[in-house]
Amino acid sequence: MIAYLIRRILYAIPILIGVNLLTFALFFVVNTPDDMARMQLGIKRVTPEAIAKWKGQHGYDKPLWFNDKASGLSKLTNTIFVEKSARMFVFDFGYSDDGRNISREIQTRMVPSLAIALPTFLVGLLIYITFALLMTLFRATALDIAGVALCVLLMSISGLFYIIGGQFMASKLWHWMPISGYAGGLDSIKFVVLPIIIGVAGSVGSSSRWYRTIFLEEIGKDYVRTARAKGVSELHVLFRHVLKNAMIPILTGVVVVIPLLFLGSLLTESFFGIPGLGSYTIDAINAQDFSVVRAMVFLGSVLYIVGLILTDISYTMVDPRVRLQ
Amino acid sequence: MMPVILWTDALVFLLIAVGIISAWWIRKHPHLTLPWRRVAQSKLAMVSLLVLSLFIMVGVLDSLHYRAALPGKNNGQTIYSPEVLSGFDALVSGLRSRTEKTYSAPLAAYLYAKESIETPYGKMKREYPRLKFGGAHLDDPEHELSGDAVKRGLIGAIVGLLAGKLLIAIFMAFFLQRRKTTAVEKGSFINNWISLFREMMKNKTSRAMLITTLILSMVIGSVAHLASVYHVLGTDKVGQDVLYLSLKSIRTGLVIGTATTLVMLPFALLLGVAAGYFRGWVDDVIQYVYTVLSSIPGVLLIAAAVLMMQVVIQMHADWFETAAQRADVRLLCLCMILGVTSWTGLCRLLRGETLKLREMEYIQAAQAFGVSPFRILTRHILPNVMHIVLISVVMDFSSLVLAEAVLSYVGVGVDPTTISFGTMINAARLEMGRDPMVWWALASAFCFMLILVLAANLFADAVRDAFDPRLNRTESTT
Repeated sequence: MIAYLIRRILYAIPILIGVNLLTFALFFVVNTPDDMARMQLGIKRVTPEAIAKWKGQHGYDKPLWFNDKASGLSKLTNTIFVEKSARMFVFDFGYSDDGRNISREIQTRMVPSLAIALPTFLVGLLIYITFALLMTLFRATALDIAGVALCVLLMSISGLFYIIGGQFMASKLWHWMPISGYAGGLDSIKFVVLPIIIGVAGSVGSSSRWYRTIFLEEIGKDYVRTARAKGVSELHVLFRHVLKNAMIPILTGVVVVIPLLFLGSLLTESFFGIPGLGSYTIDAINAQDFSVVRAMVFLGSVLYIVGLILTDISYTMVDPRVRLQ
Repeated sequence: MMPVILWTDALVFLLIAVGIISAWWIRKHPHLTLPWRRVAQSKLAMVSLLVLSLFIMVGVLDSLHYRAALPGKNNGQTIYSPEVLSGFDALVSGLRSRTEKTYSAPLAAYLYAKESIETPYGKMKREYPRLKFGGAHLDDPEHELSGDAVKRGLIGAIVGLLAGKLLIAIFMAFFLQRRKTTAVEKGSFINNWISLFREMMKNKTSRAMLITTLILSMVIGSVAHLASVYHVLGTDKVGQDVLYLSLKSIRTGLVIGTATTLVMLPFALLLGVAAGYFRGWVDDVIQYVYTVLSSIPGVLLIAAAVLMMQVVIQMHADWFETAAQRADVRLLCLCMILGVTSWTGLCRLLRGETLKLREMEYIQAAQAFGVSPFRILTRHILPNVMHIVLISVVMDFSSLVLAEAVLSYVGVGVDPTTISFGTMINAARLEMGRDPMVWWALASAFCFMLILVLAANLFADAVRDAFDPRLNRTESTT
């Protein structure tokens, strides 16, 4: 198991290097730092001095790959690639355009993001699986057909509608809770309830339908028939046999997203004014702050790879036949 | 008039050509026709297809672009307007040109906001001014409007109903004509007609299609008649007709939904099949590439790529002759970016399927006969993975249409000047806070999107049920 984990982590390194090179190419080779400076300072009537100054301030005044002017090893290290891109491997993301330390921002903004993403994830999982199990229990009846029809309808509605509609109904019509904002500590509860409800409601359709397909695939198998033949009740079959055996496909889709919860949700956070990582990313996109976007891309892929490893470990927990070597 | 072919127009026409050729190909081969027959038997699928084809018609009409000639000549050369219009714009020119000052509610005769108006006696008065076009034919809107609107709606619906019946009759005549050439039938034309009609009413699917056609033509008729003098869905902040905006958004949604898959398919097909068939280092390299791409969260990769594309487009403003061309290149780039970030899922599926197929006896036999790998891939493997491609293309369509709205909200979607559901929602979402509320633009964008996506989802489900060999046929007849 330990050996397997070490090998998986070693496998992750070339992938992260690939991600790093890709983002570097996207941000520095497609557009030169000069273009970026011109974007930031306004396109017309920019003096070369202003561009040089901007590049100096943000550390873009070095060559991309190879520094002729430096001596020794710093020929390779005193470059934009090492300063801006390779440093991300030690989670040193540098400074954003407004001069703040990105790593510290990420640490403080993680908490509000998690406060919304984690409950949304857990409550959602519970509701989707329950709903899907109910549909499976009443399969091929009018209830099941109505459930599937409801799912298709719900998944055809834009995610933006859930947010805008939910915000409007809960805060403006019924005056339940504040439209947006966030507070630390226990006060946060009244701010996070609505985003969580909307987040759960937003993917009821697609998720429940997906779980239903998984359960339906399981329920046609031989062990289910055997259990029924032995006189086991349908509910018992569903919860004790089918649910357990459906764990592998469920885990494949679910565990991978757990680490990504840290990043929060772009839409929810920006609509509700929650100072998490999602709204941080959106603000960076709107302000064209490339260092922040680059940092988030790298962080996202690290978390995704962690999720893949966790998925493999979770298999061993639910299925004794799986051994990691 | 100078025809303009934008990049996405070319893609749309290419897609139509591909569709026609493959339809012709499928008709020639009975084993390919069989699953489509199953789709044609599904009531829901055919009704959705009818709705979808209506949307597609609007989209295609909206893809025929041109630049109108301006009056007057410059050294004997005709000058063309910098504005790029489409066939659809020409068709509904009234909707496009009848702009008001600012917001107005659906079917209103007065503006949304009060203004200072000079009365005939020289005094200033604050009141709601009359609209320039909406309900301008009425003398006393407060009393006449509702009656007039109902009357116009009914007349339009009746005309639409008649037109729908005529359409069905023409279609039936066409059908009978074809049938006569294939089977010799006796009896008068009218008798044949009546018996065909009875036949169609007996079949659940064709009955549903008949009813849907009639309902749709009634709705179109009444909306069209109302739209000639009113703003049926109100106007937006700068006074543009919301109905016009919603209809124009259809093309953007369709282009994103289809062009993206067109961009993605070559990658996914070529790389997926190659990885599965050749294995070894080819497989390793391809797997590495798609693992890297899929390990970056989708929205972030799209955001990064779109940001960079924005910089390129802004830096090279001289590449584009008109604003429409710039917006179009941006739309195309968005499709490409979405395609590049989304081909990995399909590629993985195709690789798995090819791995399975290459161990089959018929492939081994082909190898033993010395058939070249290229020929094996094109003749023996590709046709057998096409159902996966088809299923994933139709399933992806609706999620891409929905994604466009979200991306435009995030600020990495289509060009702000392109009319799309995303830009409409983005512009309208702050208006919910106004008092009285401005809900019509948001509501119509969501409704049009819902109809499009719902129809696409239902159709996609039917296609999947018909093509997926894993599904049990006896169970999935409902």
